[in-house]
Amino acid sequence: MTDDKDVLRDVWFGRIPTCFTLYQDEITEREAEPYYLLLPRVSYLTLVTDKVKKHFQKAMRQEDVSEIWFEYEGTPLKWHYPIGLLFDLLASSSALPWNITVHFKSFPEKDLLHCPSKDAVEAHFMSCMKEADALKHKSQVINEMQKKDHKQLWMGLQNDRFDQFWAINRKLMEYPPEENGFRYIPFRIYQTTTERPFIQKLFRPVAADGQLHTLGDLLKEVCPSAVTAEDGEKKNQVMIHGIEPMLETPLQWLSEHLSYPDNFLHISIVPQSTD
Amino acid sequence: MRILEGSPPRKGGGHTLWTSQPPTLERRSGIHAFGGGSGSGIGDTNPGTPGPRFPQRMTPRNSLTLSMTCLWEGGRSQRNLWAACQCGLCPCRERCGTERMSATPTQKAPPGLLWIPQGRWFKSAVDPMTLYGPPSGRGKPWSEKESAGTTQKVWFRRGVNSHNPCGTSWIEMVGEMTMVNVGLNDQVWGISCEDRAVYFRQGVTPTELSGKTWKAIIVGRESDRSHSGSSSSLLSAGCFFGDEVRGSGTESAPSDTDASSEVERQGPEQLLPRESVDHSRNLKGNLSKGPETSGSTEQTMESACPDDSKGKAPEASGIDECHGPASTPAELPWTNIDLKEPKRVSSQPSTGFPETTGLSSLGLFPLGMEEPYGADDHPLWAWVSGGGCSVEACSVLKWFTVQSGLSPSVQTLSLSITPAQTAAWRKQIFQQLTERTKRELESFRHYEQAVEQSVWVKTGALQWWCDWKPHKWVDVRVALEQFTGHDGARDSILFIYYMIHEEKKYLHVFLNEVTVLVPVLNEAKHSFALYTPERTRQRWPVRLAAATEQDMNDWLALLSLSCCESRKVHGRPSPQAIWSVTCKGDIFVSEPSPDLEAREHLLPCDQMFWRQMGGHLRIIEANSRGVVWGIGYDHTAWVYTGGYGGGCFQGLASSTSNIYTQSDVKSVYIYENQRWNPVTGYTSRGLPTDRYMWSDATGLQECTKAGTKPPSLQWTWVSDWYVDFSVPGGTDQEGWQYASDFPASYHGYKTMKDFVRRRCWARKCKLVTSGPWLEVAPIALSDVSIIPEGADVDGRGHHIALWAVSDKGDVLCRLGVSELNPAGSSWLHVGTDQPFASVSIGACYQVWAVARDGSAFYRGSVSPSQPAGDFSITGDCWYHIPSPPKQKLTQVSVGQTSVYALDENGNLWYRAGITPSYPQGSSWEHVSNNVRKVSVGPLDQVWVIANKVQGSHGLSRGTVCRRMGVQPREPKGQSWDYGIGGGWDHISVRANATMVPRNMSREQEAHVQGPVYC
Repeated sequence: MTDDKDVLRDVWFGRIPTCFTLYQDEITEREAEPYYLLLPRVSYLTLVTDKVKKHFQKAMRQEDVSEIWFEYEGTPLKWHYPIGLLFDLLASSSALPWNITVHFKSFPEKDLLHCPSKDAVEAHFMSCMKEADALKHKSQVINEMQKKDHKQLWMGLQNDRFDQFWAINRKLMEYPPEENGFRYIPFRIYQTTTERPFIQKLFRPVAADGQLHTLGDLLKEVCPSAVTAEDGEKKNQVMIHGIEPMLETPLQWLSEHLSYPDNFLHISIVPQSTD
Repeated sequence: MRILEGSPPRKGGGHTLWTSQPPTLERRSGIHAFGGGSGSGIGDTNPGTPGPRFPQRMTPRNSLTLSMTCLWEGGRSQRNLWAACQCGLCPCRERCGTERMSATPTQKAPPGLLWIPQGRWFKSAVDPMTLYGPPSGRGKPWSEKESAGTTQKVWFRRGVNSHNPCGTSWIEMVGEMTMVNVGLNDQVWGISCEDRAVYFRQGVTPTELSGKTWKAIIVGRESDRSHSGSSSSLLSAGCFFGDEVRGSGTESAPSDTDASSEVERQGPEQLLPRESVDHSRNLKGNLSKGPETSGSTEQTMESACPDDSKGKAPEASGIDECHGPASTPAELPWTNIDLKEPKRVSSQPSTGFPETTGLSSLGLFPLGMEEPYGADDHPLWAWVSGGGCSVEACSVLKWFTVQSGLSPSVQTLSLSITPAQTAAWRKQIFQQLTERTKRELESFRHYEQAVEQSVWVKTGALQWWCDWKPHKWVDVRVALEQFTGHDGARDSILFIYYMIHEEKKYLHVFLNEVTVLVPVLNEAKHSFALYTPERTRQRWPVRLAAATEQDMNDWLALLSLSCCESRKVHGRPSPQAIWSVTCKGDIFVSEPSPDLEAREHLLPCDQMFWRQMGGHLRIIEANSRGVVWGIGYDHTAWVYTGGYGGGCFQGLASSTSNIYTQSDVKSVYIYENQRWNPVTGYTSRGLPTDRYMWSDATGLQECTKAGTKPPSLQWTWVSDWYVDFSVPGGTDQEGWQYASDFPASYHGYKTMKDFVRRRCWARKCKLVTSGPWLEVAPIALSDVSIIPEGADVDGRGHHIALWAVSDKGDVLCRLGVSELNPAGSSWLHVGTDQPFASVSIGACYQVWAVARDGSAFYRGSVSPSQPAGDFSITGDCWYHIPSPPKQKLTQVSVGQTSVYALDENGNLWYRAGITPSYPQGSSWEHVSNNVRKVSVGPLDQVWVIANKVQGSHGLSRGTVCRRMGVQPREPKGQSWDYGIGGGWDHISVRANATMVPRNMSREQEAHVQGPVYC
């Protein structure tokens, strides 16, 4: 029987094979070959694309290089979304590798945040963590940690060190056992079909009657459109980390095991692929 | 049901709503009574008869009594949480009598409660003055009240504060409790009607006094565990410092065991009230008088709870349910729980105790194997008082579950899910994850990883001096992992992987937190110690040993480099640097941060980062213009060249120029011991009880000529063994010293009473290393002092005053010393009547010295133009200053104006009464004992090497300490701040004139700081 711990490991070591191609209008001095990379699902684009940047900059003149940004099929990719989420949301039905176009010009100011350095990623990541723990433990756990623990969390993510990260993150996943779960489940539900970036609401892991809430309960409550009507055929996929957990899965368990390193469950609702 | 409850005494008090005694009383005791409900109404409630002398026959319904005491003594609290346990379910008459349970917080144990039945009841104080009325914490009353006759509701009184002690209204709380009790921080304890478990109100905060929910406390019972407090950790770091003047032979400091047993003795028994007033009678009387005596309290209660009249019997149906059919009257086993809280240490901020925050540090132990309560899961509790427990509102409590290891979340969760469900959704997730990995990774394994695993700069096998007892060297794997940050800065973590109980574990150290790496070489091990601020406070470094010297040097150099990189410290030390030397002759330097000598918010000196410099010295002195001199063990004088590195620091960690070969020579001494016998005279055949015939000075270690090795592999013998005639006490012509028996004082001539003799043998060994040092030939020195200069003193143009004492005791003044020529040009001899031992020159050219006879001398008339003083003045330029009574001075250090001296017994003396017109001062004032070396700097800051400092894990000898609270008006300071230590032998802060600029301008600062007495 597989252990729940293995889920954490599988989630952490999820990789998306990606092919980076320089945007055709970028001015190059020589031919820029596509660049292939295995991207960690749980990380962030600007955190793991140093090599990509270096690769394409070699083919370009220095003055033509400004802030790098990425786009997939016309959609600028938000670096502050985890890579796995971006892929699930935008490209899960397409063939691998994931083809990402690399831009150095015409930064889409209205779509993307600037990422001047990895400090920006760290700041974003840590603020997500803090928000998640505010929901889970009224921030008690994260606030009781030392600065070096925070640093260890970040370094763990940055250096793709599972053990280092989980040595600390474990504490964020604990809760008083008599509670049956966190105070609220930190989750965000993303849909490509709406303008709204995501849905985030207060949702408890345990119902008033003591029953554990499931993924289905959550969706019915906060995003009823995502759930297939009783009679109708399945129109949407509910994806986390590239898989579709059953709607009966307890939300608390999902939060403990399928959260991204920022401690949020990032749930993608994508239209059922036709093929 | 009625509750009479005393408010636990507390420091400072909160609202003393229900009390009539001021909370500031030094010592108070209170009895808190709970009239047990007697559902049968037989009138057998006699709550005041605890104790084995009054075994009661009670129905299971009868819940019980209680007692609670709190003592406040000498600023330390001894708090007890007691509860009476009712084992009504199983007929257990044979278990009648008293069982005392104590919950003892232990620092080493995991958090939680440990209940120890102890079979003895001890008498509680019964003081009528302390029967107050409803329970109160900081002023919020809780009450349980009968409402429907069958339930026991809990009520919270809203709006109680110091202005409105009666509050505004009652709020009904969820849950039925047979009793509630309120503790120091307003936390609430209760016994549930339903299951008779002890409950704790969660979520009680100062702003939300009513809390959120009731949580059952799992109370483990363990009869065979003993208290195991980490008693040695209760010693304060400065426990060896004292105000008393130490004389000869009073060195013996309390050992660890002495101190710990002292701590142990302050157990609950001793601190419990001695009043053995007849408990029952007194309590009964008080109880019956309760309503009358509790005055306004009672009024409040009555107005609020009109039904709560005297002697009201609760129905307690919940108890009946609980007890099922077993209505047999049972002998009541008395149980009280004694909660011994570790001494709160927050009131002693200067010490390095491990923090213990009340209950949060208690150990929780699983249920014992022998469960005396038969089939029942847990004891049925009747009474609880947490009135003496201070639980921080935000602390995470872990007493709500029986814990066995970490993170029970998954286990508890799975319990609430049916296996079928589990199978379905969990299986699907596992399956899908496997499929996902296959889909997304299988065909693309040749792709490059986006994140390279961080570079493992170095891994290896070392030995680690383990943290647990018995301490020993254990084999470990070590990995230094280095990250390159996006800004190019490197950050490193040292991982130490070890096995304990066949389980793999690791320890990690962030190298940017390391404060010093110290080589610890001896003939057996090539090891080094690694300190962080925390480890410094504990006096317990991470000690690692390598198989070979080369291996150790590699590790040491690499780790040092990593530490320096993460601190961005490299190159030549600044002129203001603080220098120190260990007893092994290793040289360390620390860059003073501006807040090191700040008036407020100064940097604790355990956070100073020290890096090693190559070379080998015994003494080092520096000046803020970058002139640094050192003296080796062989008395050779050395001057600092401005380089860095050397020794084991090669390559990146070393400057390419200014590194020279340096050598040092020291002697190893062993003793030849002999005993006299009537036939053959002195022979090398001792009594069986005698020390080794060839031993070290203490006689404890056997040291033969053949078996004695140089101190470490760095040293090699350069002479053969020879008899040392220069030992204190004198010798005869063959070098023998005589005594009546071995551990005695020796003299250099034989008398009739001398049955033993010894002879000291010496052998010289030499060490060759390298470092940024050049020899200043030819005169050998025993002490040196360079004038301290303020940061803003315009010393440019003047030569730097440097004084020294030669190894023969001559006082010397170096001419021509400057930044560009730190070695100076020539020595000027300054005449003295007797050989000197120590010299120090202050910022105003005041020269102080200590002669070999232990007295002090002051020399005036020294100035930049007359570097050795005015020789034209007739008579003696040295002004004799008597030493402190019965003490022989050994060292003197002069700062801006302060003069400190040290005697041979480790007492530190401050020279009082120094004025511009009377620069020699009037008297010696004792500052502290336990000091080995003193260094007074240009800001009159006082730093010492302390003899002994106690950490939470270990003791260190030879510790850098800074005098706190030194101010112009209080030059003696107030207390000590403890820095790096364990083996430190010398420090010089005389170059550090760096100070945080305050609001005032620099000129003003200079004015205040200026040479007032010059």
